[in-house]
Amino acid sequence: MRIPLSWLREYVDVTIPVDELAERLTRSGLEVDSIEHIGGAQAELPWDPTLVLVCNILEVTQHPNADRLVLATVEYAPGSIHTVVTGAPNLYQYKGLGRLSHPLKSVFAREGAVLFDGHVAEKVKVKLKGKPVRGVMSDAMLCSEKELGLSEEHEGILILPDDAPVGMSLVEYIGDTVVDIDVLPNMARTLSLVGMAREIAALTNQPLRLPNPTVATNGIDANTAIKVTIAAPELCPRFTASVVRNVTIKPSPFWMQRRLIMAGMRPINNIVDISNYVMLELGTPNHTFDADCVAESHIVVRNAHADEQLKTLDGRTHTLNPSHLLVCDTIQALSVAGVMGGESSEVSDRTQNVLVEAAVWEPTIIRRMSTAFKLRSEASKRFERGVDPEMLDLAQRRLCQLLHDHADGVVAPGMVDVRTAPARDVTITLTSAEVKRILGLDFTAAQLSDLLTPLGFGCTVNTSDSLAVAVPSYRRDVSHTADLCEEVARMFGYDNLPSTIMADELPTQRTNLALEREHFVRDILSGAGLNEAITYSLTSLTSAANLDPAEAEATNYLRLANPLSSEREYMRRAILPTLLESAAVNLRERGSTRLFEVGRVYHRRDDAILPAEPLRLAVVMAGQRANASWHDASPATVDFFDIKGVVELLCERLQITTIRIAPSDAVYLQPGRAAQLIARTATGEVVIGHFGELHPLARERFAMPAMRVAVAEFALDTLIELANVPRYTSISRYPASSQDLALVAPVTVSAETIAASIRKYAGAALSNIELFDVYTGANLGEGMRSLAYRLTFRSSERTLADDEITKLRAKIIRGVEHETGAKMRA
Amino acid sequence: MSIIDQLATIEQDALAALATISTSEAVSEWKSNYLGKQGAIAKLSRELGTLPSDQRPAAGQRFNAVRGALDEAFTSREATINQAAQQQAFGQDAVDVTLPGRLPVVGRLHPSTRVLRMITDIFADMGFQVWESPEVETDTLNFGLLNIPEDHPARDMWDTFYVETAPGAEKVLLRTHTSPGQIHAMRAHAPNPVRVILPGKCYRYEQVTTRHEMMFHQVEGIAVGQHITFSDLKGTLIGFAERLYGAGTKTRFRPSYFPFTEPSVELDVECFLCKGAGCRICKQSGWLEVSGAGMIHPTVLRNGGYDPDVYSGFAFGMGPERITMLRHGIDDIRWFFSGDERFLQQFV
Repeated sequence: MRIPLSWLREYVDVTIPVDELAERLTRSGLEVDSIEHIGGAQAELPWDPTLVLVCNILEVTQHPNADRLVLATVEYAPGSIHTVVTGAPNLYQYKGLGRLSHPLKSVFAREGAVLFDGHVAEKVKVKLKGKPVRGVMSDAMLCSEKELGLSEEHEGILILPDDAPVGMSLVEYIGDTVVDIDVLPNMARTLSLVGMAREIAALTNQPLRLPNPTVATNGIDANTAIKVTIAAPELCPRFTASVVRNVTIKPSPFWMQRRLIMAGMRPINNIVDISNYVMLELGTPNHTFDADCVAESHIVVRNAHADEQLKTLDGRTHTLNPSHLLVCDTIQALSVAGVMGGESSEVSDRTQNVLVEAAVWEPTIIRRMSTAFKLRSEASKRFERGVDPEMLDLAQRRLCQLLHDHADGVVAPGMVDVRTAPARDVTITLTSAEVKRILGLDFTAAQLSDLLTPLGFGCTVNTSDSLAVAVPSYRRDVSHTADLCEEVARMFGYDNLPSTIMADELPTQRTNLALEREHFVRDILSGAGLNEAITYSLTSLTSAANLDPAEAEATNYLRLANPLSSEREYMRRAILPTLLESAAVNLRERGSTRLFEVGRVYHRRDDAILPAEPLRLAVVMAGQRANASWHDASPATVDFFDIKGVVELLCERLQITTIRIAPSDAVYLQPGRAAQLIARTATGEVVIGHFGELHPLARERFAMPAMRVAVAEFALDTLIELANVPRYTSISRYPASSQDLALVAPVTVSAETIAASIRKYAGAALSNIELFDVYTGANLGEGMRSLAYRLTFRSSERTLADDEITKLRAKIIRGVEHETGAKMRA
Repeated sequence: MSIIDQLATIEQDALAALATISTSEAVSEWKSNYLGKQGAIAKLSRELGTLPSDQRPAAGQRFNAVRGALDEAFTSREATINQAAQQQAFGQDAVDVTLPGRLPVVGRLHPSTRVLRMITDIFADMGFQVWESPEVETDTLNFGLLNIPEDHPARDMWDTFYVETAPGAEKVLLRTHTSPGQIHAMRAHAPNPVRVILPGKCYRYEQVTTRHEMMFHQVEGIAVGQHITFSDLKGTLIGFAERLYGAGTKTRFRPSYFPFTEPSVELDVECFLCKGAGCRICKQSGWLEVSGAGMIHPTVLRNGGYDPDVYSGFAFGMGPERITMLRHGIDDIRWFFSGDERFLQQFV
């Protein structure tokens, strides 16, 4: 809401500097967005009070040497005359008329004045310098609106009203300050000059001056001339109508246009401008109909018929249905109630008589219609938030007065007034105890009354700690004690209320183990060199199919009804696709990537309207294992065993023991370099996820270069459930003894099979087993592989004797060969 | 020449020779030449027997003294030589300490995760525990139960992503704020007091720009009990601001509007960059908006299972991305969800 201070001052004295006013408003819930100065010292373009003046143009003559220039004889102070060279087209008509019979007021700028250059699109400041123009000295000018920074208008010079005082500085005449205030939905009462003035009056302890227009009336009473029927009473609590006859359509007065412009509206003609002016002044949107276009002079407020059509002022034709509310005559729809007028009854140049509507509508119907028709207007904005029905009488009087004064209208006596609901009458009992319970501070009833009364609340102090508060009609946002507590706090000052430490009972504190472990997983992975990413939960089927073409089935997904783009249309079912897209960017920009993400995925459920939101963990690694440096110019690149190492580290640090790793046939992984993590649970085995190297086809779909890309995605909530607290094992004080064992077996016998067999036959004496070499070579034979293990034996009770270890070794070799077929390497 | 004179000559020669020695081999050789079993002193000492017996004790003492002196000179010289040798070895082993070190490969947590942890840790100290709730919600939980009926102008405050549902089914949406968690948490605790902090992802139907994201995190906190006041809300938020921005941080409480709180408040802290003087970051106001808050609206308390005539409570919310941007001077929110490691690696 843009508030010109000169306009505001009609209703309240502004007794404090504007910056202080802005701070007070902000601290009372009316956040000031900006303060715009027009013409004054702080303005973008200050008008020098000695150089930019109101002037009177006395005579206009042809420039002796230029067809398109004229010489204006200007009086810029009583008795001070100057000749100005100008090309303003709006002066041509006065050329050669001699001394003008009618004053022509404009803005005179003398040498030295700083103005905007009227000839360039941008705002460029120039200082006025005297120079001859086609042989005539030019050291002053008459200004256009653009040159003064008032608008983009540069077609001609600014013409001021006849009563503009010659010699007055322009800044004194129309300089102003506009305060732009962010009005929140509960502050609808301040969407008007008077509403804002009421608030400022209460905040600064000044009296409010409400306008009290009076107007002479003539002719047939409005109640005789027109008839109003409300056929949808629950949607229209009050409807009023006046009649003004014999209006003249012309531009509205200069001051009104200035005020509308400063408030952010465009002047159109006197009728439209008056309507907007009263809306801005009193917060009551209203509408003017061409009275002669209202069939039978009978207004009917009703729901639309099915498929009824209405062409609105913006030229669009809307097809309506019975959920829409219309203002009609006996034949057709005239306007969408409270939202926009129709073309058929629009006030035009030929209009003679107007019917002035000021009504109040049920806010939700207005919001529904303005949303449906995409017609958000200043009027609908106010109606949606609630308009004070008790303001309509004043609004009608004001409208009639202005139509009389500025459209030469003859105002009919009387006003049609149809009420379908009684005036709102709310009285709330407020007690000191209740205020203390909510705000934490003691107030007496008298103090509460002192705080609330300036806002217009009718306070009756019943006892020292209780009062009855009558809510004024313009406070539709107040309906219970909590609302009054807010008003008390606002007027007392939020910053003046105490700050306390909660004294209430501390709720039982519980450990959130799952969350702690989720944090732990993030710490483990970042410690392992992976950067945490957070990617969009929204994705496309294309992206999902890039990983796994089978995942492109739309019915499995939650789909947005109103996506912003096709890239973000579906809720992801897996993290890897979006994470791989980020990884591809990193590969392009830096040649390597090491990312992990912990986040939710969204799985539709047939038996519930809301999806399951399981927690997932995804990892992507590709490129060099470390940054190249002078220590290692070309570090090895990531492969399957890097991701496997991450998986092992994670399981080890979470102390997960009830898992196994097996080959995987996930389609997005390269066959033979794909594994799955399987958990053993009480009810059987559960796959927690897959990891391995990305299949080359998938890699290409993500536009990644030919390289090994290691990926993993796991059900993190399951992993977290499997985590354990580490158990201490005693550390032996006896020496260890190690033995190397190279075993040859077909490659089809997995390393884990052999290691498990070794463990089995070694028994408790084996304290560690480490695979230190894997060898395949022609000398071993086709399809054969050698696995070399270092076994460490140690007892917690004694030093193991050499012959014991020799025997144990022989037992292991026999056992493993018997069980797996692996033989000692020759 | 007497034995004693010879001894003196040997001592003199030995010390002179030792002074010129600079290698450990030469000093060992010197030692065997003079102090060894076949060395000069040992040889001369064999002639002690030729001395008259009364002179022998004094001569013997003299021999011992010279041996001791030479031994001491040897030890000292050897130490000097060893030290020099070590110095030389160190010199050869020296590195340019300004060369880059061998960096361990360590990843970084996402800046939002970091700030979320800071926020939840601070509130944990005040007794607020983390409570998580779904990101996909019903219209009722996201709006209706929070006192935002359909067709209410306050709905303009949240541009919403809706999820496709079967015709006639309840509207489902991506939560626009963490506030539905208020209802979940209250219903789980009522009528016991509750003090929880609700972090999580939220979504808004909003074109992505440098300042606005369609996805972001929010942290919301609520405290409900029989003696919770607006003054407690102020104390809690001031305590938080002082922990996050430093003791003595100036705060400003402004009336605001949220349908689910009454009274509602906006917390500003003094801009930590310009100390309130006004700068680009605070848009010349000297203040930074940190949190929207208020006393939980009676209707919302009732929807959460508490009698608003007996119980009261407060709620507050804040955006970790905004706090992160201010903290690190990030000028474009779009980096947060890009997964770009050039961004992610900038944080600790």
